[in-house]
Amino acid sequence: MRGVLATDKRGVRELGAEDLVGWDEVTQGVVLNSFDIEVENPAFLRPEERPYSDFNSYTATVASWRVIKPVYNRDICIDCQNCWVWCPDSSIISRDKQMLGIDYDHCKGCGVCVEVCPTNPKSLLMFAEAEEPEEALGKWPEKKKKAK
Amino acid sequence: MAIRSVKNLKEFSTANERFEGAHLLCPGCAHSMIVRELMNATDDNLVIATNTGCLEVSTAVYPYTSWDTSWIHIGFENAATAAAGAEAMYKARKRKGTLKDPDAPVKFVAFGGDGSTYDIGFQWLSGAVERGHDFTYICLDNENYANTGGQRSSSTPVGAHTSTAQAGRVSYGKKQKKKDMVAIMAAHGAPYVAQLAPNKWKIMAKGFQKALETEGPCFINTVSACTTEWKFDAKDTIHITDLATDTLMFPIYEIINGHELNILYRPKNVLPVEEYLAAQGRYKHLFKPENRHVIERIQKEIDEKWEYLQRREEAKV
Repeated sequence: MRGVLATDKRGVRELGAEDLVGWDEVTQGVVLNSFDIEVENPAFLRPEERPYSDFNSYTATVASWRVIKPVYNRDICIDCQNCWVWCPDSSIISRDKQMLGIDYDHCKGCGVCVEVCPTNPKSLLMFAEAEEPEEALGKWPEKKKKAK
Repeated sequence: MAIRSVKNLKEFSTANERFEGAHLLCPGCAHSMIVRELMNATDDNLVIATNTGCLEVSTAVYPYTSWDTSWIHIGFENAATAAAGAEAMYKARKRKGTLKDPDAPVKFVAFGGDGSTYDIGFQWLSGAVERGHDFTYICLDNENYANTGGQRSSSTPVGAHTSTAQAGRVSYGKKQKKKDMVAIMAAHGAPYVAQLAPNKWKIMAKGFQKALETEGPCFINTVSACTTEWKFDAKDTIHITDLATDTLMFPIYEIINGHELNILYRPKNVLPVEEYLAAQGRYKHLFKPENRHVIERIQKEIDEKWEYLQRREEAKV
């Protein structure tokens, strides 16, 4: 797996390629390759097996957009994958029908995953960006009883 | 044709994402939910063209691309033409035997916003469908030109406030009815036309698969809730879409071969349209006493449309 550039400074300098043309010099017919080598069909490759090129936005991050972040509690999760199907930023990491966690490089903190989580209490909750995950897990609410 | 199983979410979630994160769509945007679902619904190679709109400008911010498939960045109006051209070339090269891998299944898809589908790209889409190219056109309908600041489009519904149809002392927002694009595309005789919503993920995934499998031009209108211009909290995208389908503001149905209409989702409890309107800032002014008549008009039009859809389904014409 290639190292993810953990920076949100999008631009030529970060790619380390001074000979890259400026955005206003790009002409019609230019191709940006998503992968460094030819890939037959990425649908059969997991993200960690793919030869992402520096042009792929997978190597960029939008972490600085977040004010609040979702924190994941494995103990309560039932692997229903609701968060996976509705995450707009491909930021829920699911492998072999199991939810593994959140991709904080690409998560924008919209909170959709928390809203669609069906467990009681929710297995995903929003916390302040600065909050440590361990601290957040300690503050997890108790199971709510149904109002009669 | 490698169609993925959508029997349940667990099986569906084994798909390998081909739409990458760190695109610049707003947090909570429904566009990327729909695009992800289409790309996860199949394992085939995809050739995708996108009209100018939020999706195009946000997923191809130089020097980055969020697409792991072949993707064509094209003008405002001609994603349908680009997909049709690519499909025609593919067929020609297949016939001449100049393809490297002629057996690899390829699907051609075009994405457009409602501005580029209902207004600017309408003629091009109509032409491509009339010529009968084998492609799927998906309209991400957020009911305004969200990319340029929320101007009205011909998809904007009655009473909505937009930056060029403002609500105030004189006006209650847009006065004209929303264009019925699904009926227009069905009238082209397209083999598969549907209106789908991302909150009903299974119906949507099945609809996408049906469209990809069907030979010939298919059109799908999808509801894409816009947090910025509809003015609601980013976390509520799915909740708003639920309200849209349960108040029948967006009925979910398909039309096969231009005549056979099937309703794909019937809400157990049909909600009054007020609940959908009250959840969004763009309809706030309708709740003033002098604008109440607009809500009544919207409800009346929804009821008439639902009656029409049900009768057409029964009649099978």
